[in-house]
Amino acid sequence: MMPKFCARPVRTVVIALATLAVFMCLDAAVHPMLAQNAFGGPRPAAAPQVGGIVGWLLARQSEFYLEISSAIRSAKSDGSAVWTLLGVSFAYGIFHAAGPGHGKAVISSYLIANQETARRGIALSFVSALLQALVAVLIVAIGAWLLNVTAKSMCSAETGIEIASYALIAAFGARLVWTKGGGFISVLQARPRLQVAAVGAHHHHHGHGHAHHRHDHDHAHDHVHDDHCGHSHGPEPGELAGPGGWRRGLAAVLTVGVRPCSGAILVLVFALAQGLFWAGIAATFVMGLGTAITVATIAVLAVSAKDVARRLSSASEGSGALVMRGIEFAAAGLVLLLGVGLLFGYLSAERVTCF
Amino acid sequence: MAGGRAADAHPHVWVTSTSELVYAPDGSLTGVRHAWTFDDMFSTYALQGVETKAKGVYTREELQPLAQTNVEALKEFDYFSLAKADGKKQQFDEPVDYFMEAKDGLLTLHFTLPLKVPVKSRQLSLEVFDPTFFVDFKLADQDPAKLVGAPAACQIKLRRPADGTASAQTLGEQNFADGGNLNFGITFANKITVDCP
Repeated sequence: MMPKFCARPVRTVVIALATLAVFMCLDAAVHPMLAQNAFGGPRPAAAPQVGGIVGWLLARQSEFYLEISSAIRSAKSDGSAVWTLLGVSFAYGIFHAAGPGHGKAVISSYLIANQETARRGIALSFVSALLQALVAVLIVAIGAWLLNVTAKSMCSAETGIEIASYALIAAFGARLVWTKGGGFISVLQARPRLQVAAVGAHHHHHGHGHAHHRHDHDHAHDHVHDDHCGHSHGPEPGELAGPGGWRRGLAAVLTVGVRPCSGAILVLVFALAQGLFWAGIAATFVMGLGTAITVATIAVLAVSAKDVARRLSSASEGSGALVMRGIEFAAAGLVLLLGVGLLFGYLSAERVTCF
Repeated sequence: MAGGRAADAHPHVWVTSTSELVYAPDGSLTGVRHAWTFDDMFSTYALQGVETKAKGVYTREELQPLAQTNVEALKEFDYFSLAKADGKKQQFDEPVDYFMEAKDGLLTLHFTLPLKVPVKSRQLSLEVFDPTFFVDFKLADQDPAKLVGAPAACQIKLRRPADGTASAQTLGEQNFADGGNLNFGITFANKITVDCP
């Protein structure tokens, strides 16, 4: 599903713009989180002004969330309110995921770092969102329904899962940085040779091909002749990530999805107390579906942005590969930063609520 | 309660807040007595697994461990309370006299925050808010702030986030008269101001 583009002359300026576009796309996903790293520092003297798109999203989420609880309440006496509950939960899922969150950032960065396709991005988004719903249901089913433990105990379980999830994201990011760093450095090293090769090989239309061949051979990987006009513009995803790259991607996304959403837990416990646990479970999965749609959309945007960058940079001799490996390396670095930041509390995502 | 370290989160917990400002006979503020009532979904969540003798009836003793957990957890968030005397931030001690009540399925947490050092000032302000917006604090519609033992000349002013207006009232511990419509802009902070001329 890799787009097949032949090299055509595009100016470096355009490549720079494309790179910028990818980073802006990433930044849009991550910035609101990074902006919050002052948490734990001194309390702001004035109340924060939550405005703009984020403020609007929060207001919608807030409304839907309140409607969920009132729908559960009315479902007790009026069965048809369950449909309202499902509808509102779906909308909540869509809006909730549209807000800032590390899950989207990790999935998108992973997709960019690993040359994944949009289709895989969609699949990974759905798997992680539905897993998130499943974990929330399991925590409440086992904790509250089966064992009747306190909210505090359930929360300790959530916190444990959360910390493990962050640690796994960090570990996964470290591995990505390691692999992508190798790719990036070898492209960097290949550059001077490229010029020599290009001078000595005027007859060769695709002078940069040499650099990549060398690059591939350096890594002792198989040469792949499929995409990009018959030339491998770099190692294929499977090669970079090692065997089972796609399955490892799945595992990575599971580490994101394993962390349940505190909102879903609250809704489930509330539904259970109203004697409508099944409705709460249905609502949680519908919420997950809504979340998946939003995350998948963001993931597809991220992959498309990278495709545009690749298309533009493929024209430029040598530096095109450098740009692409650079983007991948940066995305890998972002996964690591997110994991470490979340783990050590520099970034505050929506944290598990312990009361 | 307390806990969501949520940046850019939408509220998961709604609290209706009532506060009493407690004064010493010499006219200095000694502390703040909060009563925070949680929304029904959060109340249900918090009550999950709490053992009771009679089903559905929660005594203060049965809720005491929960109250304990809550005030301990609140410390990390500076009790969502910011007190300033003539613009200078005041420090709170550990909460005392804390307990919980469950009424009609709603939990109310009562606790007193003593000031480390009682303070006498012309103007005093108390803000109750969660900067991360995980907890949505709302001043109670009726009597959200009371003065206990304050000098007679002291006046309470309120600023609510939603309407961006403040209502002033003249002395009295309980009486509230609508005052000027001062526009403070829309903000999430609930601010109680006491002027003692």
